[in-house]
Amino acid sequence: MSNTTTPAPETGKKEKKSSSIWQELLVPVLAVVTGLILGAIVIVMSGENPFRAYGALFAGSFGSPVDFFEGIRIYFTTGETAALIKAIYPFTESLVTATPYIFAGLSVAIGFRCGLFNIGAEGQFFIGALSSAFVGYSIKGLPMIIHLPLAISAGILGGALWGMIPGYLKARFGAHEVVNTIMMNWIAFRLSDWLLNGPMKASGFRPVTPNVEASAELPRFFSDPLRFNLGFFLALLAAYLVYWFLFKTTLGFEIRSVGANPDAAKYAGMNIIRNFVLVMFISGGLAGMAGASQVLGVDHWVGQGFSAGYGFDAIALALLGKSHPAGVVLAALLFGFLRSGATDMQSMARIPVDIISIVQGMIIVFIAAPDIIRWFYRIRTAKKEETVLTRGWGS
Amino acid sequence: MKKFYFVMAALVVASLVITACGGGASSNAFKVGQVTDLGGIDDKSFNATAYAGVEKAVAELGVEGKYLESTQQADYAKNIQQFLDEDTDLIITVGFLLGVDTATAAKANPDTMFAIVDYAYPDCWEGAVEGKDCGSTTEISNVLGLTFSTDQAGFLAGYAAAASTQTGKVATFGGINLPTVNIFMKGYEAGVNYYNAQKGTNVEVLGWSTEAGDGSFTGNFDSLDDGRSFAESFVQEGADIIMPVAGPVGLGSAAYCQESGSCKIIGVDTDWTVSASEYSDIILTSVLKNMNVAVYDAIKAAQSGDFAGGVYVGTLANNGVGIANVAGASDELKSELDAIKQGIIDGTISAQ
Repeated sequence: MSNTTTPAPETGKKEKKSSSIWQELLVPVLAVVTGLILGAIVIVMSGENPFRAYGALFAGSFGSPVDFFEGIRIYFTTGETAALIKAIYPFTESLVTATPYIFAGLSVAIGFRCGLFNIGAEGQFFIGALSSAFVGYSIKGLPMIIHLPLAISAGILGGALWGMIPGYLKARFGAHEVVNTIMMNWIAFRLSDWLLNGPMKASGFRPVTPNVEASAELPRFFSDPLRFNLGFFLALLAAYLVYWFLFKTTLGFEIRSVGANPDAAKYAGMNIIRNFVLVMFISGGLAGMAGASQVLGVDHWVGQGFSAGYGFDAIALALLGKSHPAGVVLAALLFGFLRSGATDMQSMARIPVDIISIVQGMIIVFIAAPDIIRWFYRIRTAKKEETVLTRGWGS
Repeated sequence: MKKFYFVMAALVVASLVITACGGGASSNAFKVGQVTDLGGIDDKSFNATAYAGVEKAVAELGVEGKYLESTQQADYAKNIQQFLDEDTDLIITVGFLLGVDTATAAKANPDTMFAIVDYAYPDCWEGAVEGKDCGSTTEISNVLGLTFSTDQAGFLAGYAAAASTQTGKVATFGGINLPTVNIFMKGYEAGVNYYNAQKGTNVEVLGWSTEAGDGSFTGNFDSLDDGRSFAESFVQEGADIIMPVAGPVGLGSAAYCQESGSCKIIGVDTDWTVSASEYSDIILTSVLKNMNVAVYDAIKAAQSGDFAGGVYVGTLANNGVGIANVAGASDELKSELDAIKQGIIDGTISAQ
């Protein structure tokens, strides 16, 4: 694992490094391409035209450059913004969809780095969203500069504490985090059912929370219907911080050591228990932040079905991104663009959104079993590399 | 590596073709778009029934119909926006969760017609912020709310249940205590009480009390396990007929009844002997909420230029609600149900 992490300050090594990045990217990129090709076959089998489908997917996720330049022209000649807004809507929506994916993907990735498999990101996402919403709507009259950070912190803390419980159970009692995080998910789902029907229910009859105060909303950069907000940049910042933490700090080194070989780490005098708890705390916090960014930036309220499974997709993102923050960001952007473009594909080409799940599923299969890709594209195995994802019982 | 470059080249060509043929021609047909809630288009309930109305309009009126499924709440506004961008003439949204987004979009686009299933405006209460907590403080002239007096049909089902029970106890439960859910239960209880008053019996209703305004609720619309355990506990309390008003949760109850042979189910929304035909042998009857009829009528009116905003109320009189065949009903019960139905239509019998 350390080979990917050593910084290369000497300029002489630059070329070698960039070729190794290409090596790293090769399998994921081919996995995505193969997934799309197989998706096209499924589309053909369902009697539709895959070019039309992917054309709509592309237009729905990026928008049309022609419309964009036309929008700019209209804006400069008449001052009318409607056409420009319409032109950049698809692209910004894709970034909006990618935002919670980045946070959630980082959450699972940091767990993998320590050899912990956090399947509980979905539950932590809900708890984070509910915590943020609660602080967002219940406190009134604060200026944004205090209220917004407070609401975000509440989301991070909520998710972090929810994640820390399985971390502690693992460290203290050896209870496997896979089982415990799944159980914590169910507790979170049913807890949110109860909260939305009871203590956190808005007046009126709908089982949803009240809207958060304007002072707790993540600022949006454009007017409606564009929902692009500060959350996206916070996600990029989080990715950088996770990178810095993992690769530039002693604590991050300890975490990676525990992930690579807990016995060796222990022998070297590292505190395994503390690292497990800490990583699950951070991991939960990032998942909670995903929920916070969604509620404060996009929805402004929480109802049932608040998440489209971000926490579960996050596992795929971490795998696809090879548990590296930069990789996770790229993977999250890919999923964001796929998910967002699917709306157009569904409408224009009448392909159900489910096809995207099929494509995503196949990508994950290929990432999990890269030998399929290597065999199919006749790629020679460059070097034997083993990524530790999670460890067995009691380790 | 050769193969790899070939694949890449093929993809570049493909992407050029894709970009070239994006867009697509649009016809002049009247365009109808339905935005589902989280259940999706094949939920065998709510969204599916509404879309059946769209499909009928496609077949009979020659409109162009399509749907967009929502997988999370952030999709509501996005899907509505998608249809707006495509110059859709009539946008149909399904369910109260889309209430605010529908109103906001309708106000911003007064030339587009909207219909929303199971919701109506005004929907704001004292102190609520329009466009955030609720949709609108007034009626919106380009939105038709499609609502249903399912209490009328529930009344008939309650009467039929009371007439069919062997144990003298009948039960009901809901998903969440929403007006659109408990209205079934209110009618059901009233129907049982009416039977008691007519026949001098003492059939008891478990799981709902209109007086208390509360009853048994699973708290969700998706857990089949909850449906099973609720049915089991009602049977233990002595009930032998159960009306689950909780979408697919009721299928869990039906499975329990079929396995144990100790209870019968009253379906809701659609005729369950059709939509859940594997349980036909234990379905007593179904309370029909004919959203397909309402949606079809709305499309027809919109296409012919007769569309008017406001509220549509589905009743027994306009066939917006109804009751399916009662399994094993005697001729006496059938004629009584017909008479009660007429009474509710005339207004001589109150359904609540």
